[in-house]
Order: sequence, then structure tokens, then C-alpha cells
Amino acid sequence: MRLRVRQLIPMIVGIALSAAHAASPPLGVDDARHLLSRTSFAATPAATESYARLTREQALDRLLATTRQQATTPPPAWTSAPFESLRRFRTASGEERQALQRQRREEGLELRAWWLDEMRRTPSPLTEKMALFWHNHFVSSDQKVRSPQLMYRQNALLRRHALGNFGTLLHEIARDPAMVIYLDNASNRKGQPNENFAREVMELFTLGEGHYSEPDIKEAARAFTGWGIEPDRGEFVFRTALHDEGYKNVLGRGGYMNGDDVLNVLLAQPRTAELIVEKLWREFVSPAPDPAEVRRIARIFRDSGYEIKAALRALFTSDAFYAPQYRAALIKSPVELIVGTLRQFDFATGQMLPFAFSAAQLGQNLFAPPNVKGWPGGEAWINSTTLLARKQLLERLFREEDPRPVAAAMENERPTGSGMIDNGRERLLRALADVRFDSTQWFAQLKSLDGEAVQRAVLAAAPGNPIPADVRGLQALRLLTQDPVYQLK
Amino acid sequence: MNRRDFLTSVGAATVAALVPTAALAGPRPDYSNLLILIELKGGNDGLNTVIPYSSGEYYSLRPRIAIPRDQVLQLDSATGLHPALEPLMPLWRSRELAIVQGMGYPSPNLSHFRSIEIWDTAANSSEYLNEGWLTRAFVQTPPARSFAADGVIVGAAELGPMAGSGTRAIALTNPEQFIRQARFAAPTMQASSGALRHILKVESDIVHAAAGITADYPLQTEFAKTPFGNAIRTAAQVVASKAGVAAIKVSLNGFDTHSAQQGTQARLLKDLAEGLAALKSALVETGRWQSSLILTYAEFGRRPAENQSGGTDHGTASAHFVLGGRVKGGLYGEAPSLNGLDGNGNLARSVDFRELYATVLERWWGTDSAAVLRGRYTPLDLVRA
Repeated sequence: MRLRVRQLIPMIVGIALSAAHAASPPLGVDDARHLLSRTSFAATPAATESYARLTREQALDRLLATTRQQATTPPPAWTSAPFESLRRFRTASGEERQALQRQRREEGLELRAWWLDEMRRTPSPLTEKMALFWHNHFVSSDQKVRSPQLMYRQNALLRRHALGNFGTLLHEIARDPAMVIYLDNASNRKGQPNENFAREVMELFTLGEGHYSEPDIKEAARAFTGWGIEPDRGEFVFRTALHDEGYKNVLGRGGYMNGDDVLNVLLAQPRTAELIVEKLWREFVSPAPDPAEVRRIARIFRDSGYEIKAALRALFTSDAFYAPQYRAALIKSPVELIVGTLRQFDFATGQMLPFAFSAAQLGQNLFAPPNVKGWPGGEAWINSTTLLARKQLLERLFREEDPRPVAAAMENERPTGSGMIDNGRERLLRALADVRFDSTQWFAQLKSLDGEAVQRAVLAAAPGNPIPADVRGLQALRLLTQDPVYQLK
Repeated sequence: MNRRDFLTSVGAATVAALVPTAALAGPRPDYSNLLILIELKGGNDGLNTVIPYSSGEYYSLRPRIAIPRDQVLQLDSATGLHPALEPLMPLWRSRELAIVQGMGYPSPNLSHFRSIEIWDTAANSSEYLNEGWLTRAFVQTPPARSFAADGVIVGAAELGPMAGSGTRAIALTNPEQFIRQARFAAPTMQASSGALRHILKVESDIVHAAAGITADYPLQTEFAKTPFGNAIRTAAQVVASKAGVAAIKVSLNGFDTHSAQQGTQARLLKDLAEGLAALKSALVETGRWQSSLILTYAEFGRRPAENQSGGTDHGTASAHFVLGGRVKGGLYGEAPSLNGLDGNGNLARSVDFRELYATVLERWWGTDSAAVLRGRYTPLDLVRA
């Protein structure tokens, strides 16, 4: 016995040492840059340097400790004004309607500019990345909701739970007035069910195509009957008289279920955690989720009771996340390109309105995803139209003599269906004049000014067109940001 | 075993991989015949577009939103068009407009994304394909390299039927701006990742297309000042360019009419009909009307019974338009059978959409359709040689 213990000791010590060894090395500059560029819009030289000294676990401790539930930037004043009744538009005369539409359009623009401003300034970019992730998961569009106040409230809800509990988020978003309008639960009544929400909650929000049947949707739709909006306050109401009290059968579970019961049935399905982890993978790791890793992380996610931070920690401390083949493997979304560039180079900006316009032109009109499936993302971000518009925007941002990135683009193109440039032209031009990049200050924070160091600070991988040795300073940044690799993260 | 049996038994994808392209394709396809696709995004309500106005069921299923009999533009004793489609009537009378009723596919899917994916990739309801049907056609037998691009998508970011790799698809909104901006594209490097490879290919396609597309053809046709009217103008400019393209896709958004359908659909159909009439005029003007085939399509039609919100929910089979100088006008497929709805209250199909695609591939382009469509579909007899 004594002998066996003595034999075991070196083994135990050995295991403990190797575990400590595996967990302990600091990230180093490359891994820190990779982590930050995927989670924080940009890897600024200062943040990269400070994260480089942390281990993977410590880096996650820091990222997750500073997340927020509220924005730091004050929202537009009308967000806290008395609610603009949904009835008003219906009863308004022709002229009043036009005025109301103008007002909504104006407020919609302010809302977009405000969110971009928050993304650009927040001390926790991961919070905004996740709020954006959920905006693209639990999609609603102001093109249908037509109430900027409700869109703002939904945005605040997404932020409040962005790194909270997925189950809570699912229950709350289902009752969120903008969502109730967007997916037609407001007109879902006993005897005349509207299936839109029931379908999308299964197909897109939880299980995914192929993991439910048409009868499941019909039954679930009945469970959501009676859900609606009180039009004068813009708040969720449950109208008992319109609710179908009958017995329902959803995914093999039977009962006199209401909507929340159905959501719990969906949360009990293992597919739900897998679907969310697959989507997180495509957002943060690579276009093709690794099935074994997805199962492993989904299990951690479920076991935690759907704590979003548990899933993110598992993802961002995995060997897979840091694997060489996934570096520079993702295409930046328009918002990542814009916010990332402003953060990376510490641009001085006035109003963010011009950039809300740019993002729409590049295919990502905030608060107005193209359909309930959200922006498809990945390679779909880049086609001939959007690639040229991206390069033109970057060219103008780094053009010293003309700090007006979007003025020209504004002259000849309208983002489809958004009506974003009908007003505020003057305001746009004024705002553009405030966009400035101080290249001297930016270069001053780099440890080394040699070409290789500058490239590594700006690009996720080696550039396609290496910079000639004699090109330095701002000119080098112009070339690097025009490089195809700058589109990658 | 003849080739047809071989295709069905082994599976077309395998065959495409095994047999050299030229051997499979037969005669060189004629891409001087242009295809123009018009997507009615959101799922147009076919029953209020091509209206079975003599059917009592139609009026009882839609007490609030049926088009009154006296407003229908009558095509024959049973079928008529929505009044907003008046601009299409001259085409109907000159027999250059075919209407295919009951288009759909087996085991219909009622999700927008999945169903349009099925149409765009020409897939079965249960299979998931990555490339669009036109991409497969162009990979099998590529359009001439001298073309500005294989296909142009006007005004939308998604490439739909031209998605996937191996084809030169260009998305553009405004030709002048496209040509001006093309100077930013200068592909030079080797790609290390799939994402980068995609970006470089787009750069290379831009350079090629910008050299072949002209933006200054002096069209006399007037186009409506709507986003769709502008998109039709852009399509006409692309057609007028000397270097050709094989296919163009234009979209009209907003057909997902779950509530208050009447006004919305009337506005959209007017936009559609005016756009199609302007497109014909521009194609006649540029001498391309005889060599153009225009098809409308959508992910699905809508449910025959109206819903409680004065709208219609997702449905299945629907009617679509086929237009062109060599189209044999008339009604195809079967009138909707409102007594024979399925368990969801939806319409049965009488024509598989892949029969229409087979018509394009075989009768219009003269290429083999079985490998592209992964099965044998009988073309419809609606174009003249």
C-alpha cells in the first residue's frame, strides 16, 4: 500500500504540473490580437499588449467581468418620452401621417447613430458584439414594427441579457412588444391562429429546420394565442378571451400549455443549445462549426442552465478557437468594419449618423435586418457592390485632405427600402467634417515602426500585397486598409 | 443502359463529377438567349394575382380580400388578372405572356428562407444544396469568357440562383457607379483561406465586368421612379452593353402580406406590371425582345383562406408569369383546385418549378438539364425556337 502511494505521487504531481502548465502560458501578442479582434471589434495596440500578458482564463475573466447591462451613451431623448400610441397612425389624417412618418424616420436614424456611437465608445465592446449577435438572432425590423420607441426598448432588452441567461432572454423576447408585432403574435387568436411566431421560434430561435414538424407549429401557435400589445402604452398584454385553453401537443409533450410552457419545452431540447453554439461558432470562430466541439460546448451551456457567459468562456478558452487554420478565416460585417476601424485607429468623430448610413449601404442597416433570418453574413457580405463600397469608405477615411467618408457615396446610392437619406443631408455633411484621424498619435503608441510591426497591428494575417519598404506612416495604413486581408478578422 | 437511366440511378451529381463536362452537355448552349428572373420576395399571393373569378369557393375563402368579379381583368371565362396588372394586358393580347398556374414542388416548406433556397438551388424539399441552379448550369457549360459576367444581380446582396462558387456573378445597383468604383479592385495575391479566396474572386470578377458593361446607352424608354423601376432600368442598361451576360436577376420586395394585404399587393403588382412593360419596351428598343425570356418566381404562394388580419399566411403553389418575344402566350398548368386543399389548407401543385427550369435549360439555352436539376423534368412547351 505504502509502495503504491509512493508510486502515485510523482504521477499526481506530474498531472498537476502539466495541467498548470497548459493553463498558465500567457496569450502572447498574436493570440491576444486574435481574441480581441473577434470579441471587441478591434484589437487596439494598447489592449493587445495588456491582454498578451494574461492566460486564456485570465483574459476571459477580464472580458467577462467588465460586461454591461446598460449602454454608457445616453439614448435620444424621445426614448423616455411618453409612448407614441400605436393607434395614432391609424387614426391620423393624410397630412398627419406624413408628419408622423417623417418623425419616425428621423428617430430611426438617431437610434442607429446612437447604437453605433455606443459600439464605438463602450468600455465593453463584447457587450455590444453580443447585443448585435442577439439582434441578428431574435430579429425584428423597424420596417415592420414602425415604432422607434419599441425598437429602442427591444435593443435595451437585448443588451440587458446579452451576456445573461439565454432561457430568460428567450422568455422575455417572446413578450417583447416589437417582437410580438414583428412576428404577428399580436394577431394570433383562438380559432384563427397566426403561425408566424410559432414557426420562427422553432426554426430560427431554438431548434432549427428539421427538428420539428408542421403539426408542432400549429399546436404551438395555439399556445401563443391571446398574446398582444396594449396600443396606448406599447406594452405586452395577455388577452385571456383570445387564448386557446385547449390541450396541445408539441414535440411529444402534451398539456394545456400556454406560450411560456412551449418555450420551456423548446429549452428542454438539446438541439437548442447546439443551435446557439453553432451560431456563436460561426460568429466568432469559423464558417463551419466543428460538430464535436459544438456538442462539448453545448453540453457546458446546457449544464450551466443556459448561462451565455459559460458558453463564451468554453468557446474562447478552447484550443479550437486559437487553432491556426481559423485565423483571418472570417469576413468582417459592415458594422465590424466601421466600428472596428474607428476603434482601431481611434478616429475622432462627431455624430455617428454618416456611419449608420455607410453600414446600411454596405448591407447592414441596423434595426432593419432583411428578414427574420437576419443578415446571412460570411461570404454573403462581400459581392461586387459591397466590396467596392467598403474600399471606397476606407479610402476616404484615410484621405487626409478630405475627411468626408460618405458624402460622395451618399450622392449616388440609396440603401434599399430604408429611406435613410431623405433628410438630414446638411447634418450629415457637418458630421462628416468632424471625422479625423491623428496618425502621429496612433503611430506613437506602437512599440516598433517597422513595416512588419505595423502590418501585424492592422491585419489579421500577412497582407496580400506586402508594403514596399520605403512606404511608411499614413501611406502604409492606406495600403494596408485597402488590402483584401483587411476585410478579414 | 441509356444515359437517362444512368442519371436517375447513379444521381446526377456523381455523374457530373465523373463524366467530362463536354461529353455530358451535348451541343454548346446558346447564351445569346438571355434569361431575366424577377423574384417576388416574400411570397406573392397567386390567388389574388391570377384570379379564379368564377369560383364560389374563392369568394367564400376570402370574404374581405377577394377581388370583386367586376374588377378582374378577364382572360377567359374562369381566370382573370388583378386590376393593377392592366399594363400586362397588351402582352397578353399579343400572346407574348404565358401564365403558369399551380407552380410548386412536393412536400412544400412554408418557411421563406428554406423555400426560396429550394427554388434557388432547385433542390428537393429534403435536400440542402449550396449552389444555385444557374451556378450549376454555368459550371457545367460556362458562358463565353468574353461576356462581361455570367450573370448580374441587380440591387440585392444575396446572389440566390447564382450563389456558390465557380460562376462569375456580379451584383450591382448602379452601372455608372460600378464602373467608377472598379478601380479599387486589383487582385494580385494567392488566397490562404476560403474567405480570402472569395474576396479575391470578387475583385477579379469586378475588373472583368467593369471592362464589359457600359452605362451610357441612350435608352428612350421611361422607367417608373420607384426602386423597382430603377432596378429595371439598370437591367436594361446591362442588356444594352456590348459584352453580354447570360442571366439577370431583379427583385421586388414586400409580398409577405400577413395583414392588410389589399393596398400593399395592389401597389406591388402595379409596380411589377409597369416594370415589366418598361422592360419589354427597353428590350424592343435594344433589339433583344426576341432573344429574352422573363420569368417571375417566389418562394411560395399564400394560403387560400384569408386570415383574421385581412392578410394571408404562407402557402404553397402559385401562378407565375413568363414573357418574351418568343413566348407562346396562354395559360399553362391547372387552375387552382380550391376544393382539394391539403391538411394545412394549401393548394396542390400542378407544375413542378423544375419543369420551368428545364424549359429554360433545354428549350431556351439548348443545354442538358438533368445534371443541373438532378433529375429529369419535362420542359413546358411555351417558347418558340
